[in-house]
Amino acid sequence: MHSEQAGPGVKIAAGLGLAFLHLPILLIFLYAFTTEEKSYQFPPPGLTLQWFGVAWHRADIWPPLWLSVQVAAIATAVAIILGMLIAGAMAQTRFFGRDQISLLILLPIALPGVITGMALRSAFAMMDIPFSVWTIILGHATFCIVIVYNNAVARMRRLSGGIMEASADLGANGFQTFRHVLLPNLGSALLAGGMLAFALSFDEVIVTTFTAGQQSTLPIWMLNELVRPRQRPVTNVVAIVVFAVTFLPILAAYYLTRDGDATAGAGK
Amino acid sequence: MLGTPAILPERGIGDRLTALFWRRPRVLLALLLIPPLVWLGVVYLGSLVALLLQSFYSIDEFSGVVKQEFTLKTYAELFRAQNLDIILRTVLMAALVTLASAIIAFPIAYYAARFARGRWKAVFYLGVMLPLWSSYLVKVYAWKLILAREGILTWIADHAGAGPLLARALDEQWFGGASLSTSPVGTFIVFVYIWMPYMILPMQAALERVPATMLEASADLGASRAQTFRSVILPLALPGIVAGSIFTFSLTLGDYIIPQIIGNSARFIGLAVYQFQGTAGNLPLAAAFAVVPIMIMLVYLGIARRMGAFDAL
Repeated sequence: MHSEQAGPGVKIAAGLGLAFLHLPILLIFLYAFTTEEKSYQFPPPGLTLQWFGVAWHRADIWPPLWLSVQVAAIATAVAIILGMLIAGAMAQTRFFGRDQISLLILLPIALPGVITGMALRSAFAMMDIPFSVWTIILGHATFCIVIVYNNAVARMRRLSGGIMEASADLGANGFQTFRHVLLPNLGSALLAGGMLAFALSFDEVIVTTFTAGQQSTLPIWMLNELVRPRQRPVTNVVAIVVFAVTFLPILAAYYLTRDGDATAGAGK
Repeated sequence: MLGTPAILPERGIGDRLTALFWRRPRVLLALLLIPPLVWLGVVYLGSLVALLLQSFYSIDEFSGVVKQEFTLKTYAELFRAQNLDIILRTVLMAALVTLASAIIAFPIAYYAARFARGRWKAVFYLGVMLPLWSSYLVKVYAWKLILAREGILTWIADHAGAGPLLARALDEQWFGGASLSTSPVGTFIVFVYIWMPYMILPMQAALERVPATMLEASADLGASRAQTFRSVILPLALPGIVAGSIFTFSLTLGDYIIPQIIGNSARFIGLAVYQFQGTAGNLPLAAAFAVVPIMIMLVYLGIARRMGAFDAL
């Protein structure tokens, strides 16, 4: 038997690669505690907790935060409904145009955001639609659909058709089967997809700059601070919040969908 | 239970609809598909059509108003020297970023696919997914801290005695700037950092599909590790590498935040789109610029398809 052992070269290169991916983010945390607010001096001359208080009392942070939460919540809700519908259609049946539809769902995140953003911007300009919360949501929901869809369709493929038939044999109609059989089995996948969609929307900046007009979501606020910094450590405090809002859903989504094989009906 | 009918009586609208869906599954399919397709069709495809239309309009040079008449004038502007420069610079950057990403991503994907088992498999998976998914702006910001003139890289270079070397490298015209965070190299590093994770998973999937028996056969036939790698693993994994490169290439092609925050303010396609639609108010030219990455990606996808990348996705 050919022994499966990694050479030291592969090990070191893989380790360095992972370190390259993870170490930079730690600096965000360090700089939130620095006493130096005018530059990115390393090592920080001193450490302080004051920036968390300062950030809390900065009036310009709360409206963007609230707007981001609103946009992400509504976009996620729309994406969950639409994503679930497509997943339901695509999971079982084969039909004409199926491949084209799966391409259409994927396109909004496969093409660079600047194209989606510019396309929406052109459409709004041509139809004289003024920028509003809804123009932001329109864009976000569009690229969130695929996230929910991917999670839901993967779970549906693993579900055995047998449990649906059993439900029908026991006298449930389609809606009862959906409510009492399908939804409980899909639940964690939808939750995972919804959280990822929320994280994606909460953090999105490229499409948003084209569809927001004068309004600021939290990422747009951050972008402005990056281009014209003031009170730099406050930006770090906000960055930590944004990081947490995106980081925790990924972890949760991983644990929610990890045990997918234990889904009802999978064991044949 | 004698006398109970085999078919239950209908109890209401839900039952009647269920019967309809059972008899005509196409009706259910249509009902499921119509709302999302209307959304994607109207909002997304509609916008793309608007983008194309817009790119065939032009702007009146005197009044600055968009003239809604068909013209190729705006596309002709793309071929001006300074605009061609932007396109070439972006494509070159995307190619370099893709190449560097492939080199850094390969050992990670290779180790995760061939050697990581159980717990370590999960560690590698999360180790790739977390940076991939976590906040884009936060990651870019982290590099602004790292690359700053007074930042950690300069500090490390100074303490490792490489300070003068770094300073000399930054003096090179094509390479440097006032600091790493205002140099083209800085832009390149951050591009690689942000988009490289997208390459790992397709690569890993392709490497996992290489059968272990083939490696054993190769070893039995007397091939060294390097030979096996070169003539068995690499060709078999190539579709996966190309599939991963689609993401790094496409995403670098359209990014406009990174060159805006880190770099010497040389323009890239995305930045041009952003500036023409914003401060310059030239929507048609911005739209024409946005069509360029679509065209480049269509060519790229065509090539990738011929290399079998789509089967690896």
